[in-house]
Amino acid sequence: MNLFNFLNRRTSAPVARERLQILLAHERVSGNHSQLVAVLQEEILAVIAKHMQIDRDKVVVKLDRGDDVSTLAIDIEMPPQPQSQARPELSL
Amino acid sequence: MAKVLVVTSGKGGVGKTTSTAALGAALAQAGQKVVVVDFDVGLRNLGLIIGAERRGVYDLINGVQGDTKLSQALIRDKRIETLHLLPASQTRDKDALTSEGVARVMEELREKFDWVICDSPAGIERGAQLAMYHADTAVVVTNPEISSVRDSDRIIGLLDSKTERAEKGERVDKHLLLTRYDPARAKRGEMLKTEDILEILSIPLLGIIPESQDVLRASNLGSPVTLADPTSAPARAYTDAVRRLMGEKLAMSIPGDKKGLFGKLFGRRVA
Repeated sequence: MNLFNFLNRRTSAPVARERLQILLAHERVSGNHSQLVAVLQEEILAVIAKHMQIDRDKVVVKLDRGDDVSTLAIDIEMPPQPQSQARPELSL
Repeated sequence: MAKVLVVTSGKGGVGKTTSTAALGAALAQAGQKVVVVDFDVGLRNLGLIIGAERRGVYDLINGVQGDTKLSQALIRDKRIETLHLLPASQTRDKDALTSEGVARVMEELREKFDWVICDSPAGIERGAQLAMYHADTAVVVTNPEISSVRDSDRIIGLLDSKTERAEKGERVDKHLLLTRYDPARAKRGEMLKTEDILEILSIPLLGIIPESQDVLRASNLGSPVTLADPTSAPARAYTDAVRRLMGEKLAMSIPGDKKGLFGKLFGRRVA
């Protein structure tokens, strides 16, 4: 074992510290995001439910965080419109 | 006013049960009325560490299901009058722990004791969440090792979101208990330093328990380390931690093993 290896072997703690800081910075952010997405999904569902009946899994909220661009995609599949409700609109 | 304290960590094997026993015993030694509750259903090692493994007929699950009076399930320690154990069940399914049942048991224990100390199972799943749900205070047990620090970070996140206090918009008082710490190795850069871990987790430090052979010796004997050898380094560290829990302001120090000249000369080689 040469001198460099010997010195390196002795100070592994700074490496551990740096790895942890990077990992946790990442994990904390993604943890918050998944919560944000869940909250958004619930609130969007609640708003829609006020006006129409909708299936819980027909509302999909997706958050993508990139380095340059982040997107929030909300995909709501509408229930088929019943004929009886469409007619009064036509007569207006 | 009773306090519910959870001893938790995420990672297994870092010293939750050892610390629950030592903190519980030290609080009882200070005259507080204490119950230590084993939430690790199926494994129930707290009784073994405390030395009450063959006593008691009923357990936490009987209490939760209301099959028996809670007082019948409590085991009083033979050495310290004010220390009690509520064991976990060895045989029952852990799904038998319902959140309503646990809430009822916790409420009753709050009336009877000054401190209710919940020994959490490892992991971040249901069992760990049930153990922490009613906590006013949390002791996060962490080893100076990366996977333990990372898991502690996860547990801190859960304490801030999945507890009764968090749901009410209040905070659980969180404290870091650093265990198996070796100051000499940390100084040489071989082990994460206290400051590094505090900076990463950013919760206040309750105590530093030095790596010590006395801890294994105490568990071999079935006695919390604060009882087995009150003058040992880990026992003094736990006693200091308990004084901080009770609101005393103490300077942080890492108790060392008291060694005579002989021990200093030969101690390391023997170890």
